[in-house]
Amino acid sequence: MSDISFVRHDFIEPSPPPASSVGPVKWIKDNLFSGPVNSGLTLLSFAFIALVLYEILPWLIDSSWSPEEMSLKGCRAEVSGACFAVINERFYQFIFGFYPSEYYWRPSLAFLLLVVALWPVLFNNAPRQLLWLSAVYPVLAYWLIWGGTIWGPLLVLAGPAIGWAISAYGQDTIEAAIGEAFAPLVTLILSVLAVILWFLFCVAPIDGVLSSILPIGLTEVASDRLGGFMLSLIIGVVGIAASLPIGIALALGRQSDLFIVRSLCVGFIECMRGVPLITLLFVASTLLAYFLPPGTTFDLILRVCIMVTFFASAYMAEVIRGGIAALPKGQYEAADAMGLTYWQSMQLIILPQALKISIPNIVSTFIGLFKDTTLVIVIGLLDPLGLSGAIRADAAWNGIVWELYGFIALFFFIFCFSMSRYAAYLESKLKTDHR
Amino acid sequence: MAEAATNIDRSNMKISDEVAIEIRGMNKWYGDFHVLRDIDLTVNRGERIVVCGPSGSGKSTLIRCINRLEEHQKGDIIVDGTELNSDLKNLDKVRAEVGMCFQHFNLFPHLTILENCTLAPIWVRKTPKAEAEETAMHFLEKVKIPEQAGKYPGQLSGGQQQRVAIARSLCMKPRIMLFDEPTSALDPEMIKEVLDTMIDLAEEGMTMICVTHEMGFARQVANRVIFMDAGQIVEQNEPEEFFQNPKSERTQLFLSQILGH
Repeated sequence: MSDISFVRHDFIEPSPPPASSVGPVKWIKDNLFSGPVNSGLTLLSFAFIALVLYEILPWLIDSSWSPEEMSLKGCRAEVSGACFAVINERFYQFIFGFYPSEYYWRPSLAFLLLVVALWPVLFNNAPRQLLWLSAVYPVLAYWLIWGGTIWGPLLVLAGPAIGWAISAYGQDTIEAAIGEAFAPLVTLILSVLAVILWFLFCVAPIDGVLSSILPIGLTEVASDRLGGFMLSLIIGVVGIAASLPIGIALALGRQSDLFIVRSLCVGFIECMRGVPLITLLFVASTLLAYFLPPGTTFDLILRVCIMVTFFASAYMAEVIRGGIAALPKGQYEAADAMGLTYWQSMQLIILPQALKISIPNIVSTFIGLFKDTTLVIVIGLLDPLGLSGAIRADAAWNGIVWELYGFIALFFFIFCFSMSRYAAYLESKLKTDHR
Repeated sequence: MAEAATNIDRSNMKISDEVAIEIRGMNKWYGDFHVLRDIDLTVNRGERIVVCGPSGSGKSTLIRCINRLEEHQKGDIIVDGTELNSDLKNLDKVRAEVGMCFQHFNLFPHLTILENCTLAPIWVRKTPKAEAEETAMHFLEKVKIPEQAGKYPGQLSGGQQQRVAIARSLCMKPRIMLFDEPTSALDPEMIKEVLDTMIDLAEEGMTMICVTHEMGFARQVANRVIFMDAGQIVEQNEPEEFFQNPKSERTQLFLSQILGH
């Protein structure tokens, strides 16, 4: 019989791992040369990268930004590589389209303010007061870019203020008039109604009167002069900013117990998703005019923004519905059991988690939407791709391809890649499950 | 089966004549399936009731009807003098008075432990944040994990999470607590810490209804054990009688199976 009893008395102290299993040596061994197949693939990949660089680098390096004669011919006479002179010459056109050059500062300021307005929305470290700027930014940017008197934007801003004032101060009066039971609901309906009536019947006439009396403001710029990256950004930012809240509302509506609400949401989502975006853009550019009351002048870019937003929010709704569906039933039950109301449990429990789960898909939708803004070319708007066509029609730049499309691709890549990086940052920040 | 603490202070465990929950002729169907059949049950304040039975017998559904996580279709449920019907105001009132713990804890993973505990007091009871946090810390101390207040649920063990869930319910200062198999998803070592917390609650005179398979807990803490099968109450009795001397054959079979090893 052997003695199997064993008792440990002194515990082994921790010691550092051997040198071959830490540091860059280990990384290279693990990631590049972990076996014969992987080593072969690594070498093959390096060869491929070298080949690509060998082809592209000379083209990039032996390029010309400002040849003697500003044309493709001038480039070809001096260098064998890329002809970036076209970007040099048409840079402002690429950015602003045919926007009057003396007013370039207006869209530039709008873009700068966009960055500032986004700061408190995207990051926690911004001063909270900046949220006021984010709130008024849409109106402000519209005014800066399109111009016109100051009264229109101010009257538009007054709309929500009126609604807020009625709901904040009107409740007591309404309570006295109809009793306590229905006062909150009636106040809500009244304030929403007041805002709608204000926008429908008051803004335009008052704007007209005030503008004729006191025409202070910026010179108007017509929509057909907007173009280039500015146009892509306008449509993209409006679409992204508006499609998220609309998408959330649609997703909640689709899950609703109320038959009518649910059917309306399902109908909207399926119709918007089931139709190509180009069709919707044509509807925006031509058909919509037939549906609107005669004499309504409704800016084309605004119509396009609305259509793109609807289209994106239908996708967004499904993405968010997926996130909501992924939550365990227990989360709803716990919220219910604690006595939270429907809106409280949505706001505090369900949506924060559902949105977090959906971040990758939401950002994919955003990126898709942003790239889809180039489709406005089919209704004659001059987005960067439309401009590139116009530039190549110019005799001086006839035949130039790579430089233009490369530049446009770079622009879209910068924005899309930033969105993707922000999403990654947000995901790691919100990670609380510690799996 | 984990043995809970043996010496229980019964000085506060008084059952009053006041009725906390009254269920009369309650029936529930899932589609065509008749889950609960003619349930009659009166629970007095201070009672500690253990509901047991085979799976699918409707015991969870029964206690989930008490705060209307499930809707009953026939009969009356009156909780604390408030009838549960389609009136949402009544429902909110009942839910704020009745605390519930679930088998899978159902903590909110995106909130810290402290935020989990203060959420309902702040939003439902409109308690000021500082006061809610103070209450929350008090109850977290009671379940013996105040040091975890800043962590997220995902960082805690199962037993700790269930104790947080209990503390979270207590923060609403409920008059009745419902437990839906609170220890079924836990390791044996953790079952004891949760049962101890529940015993503490019982010692303070809380009205409790527990669906559980912890027969040791039933024996020591409960004043009444209810056995359910096929959606109906088959037998109910004081624990001593229930375990020593089960009357119905179905109960005898059930007990012999769960106590047989």
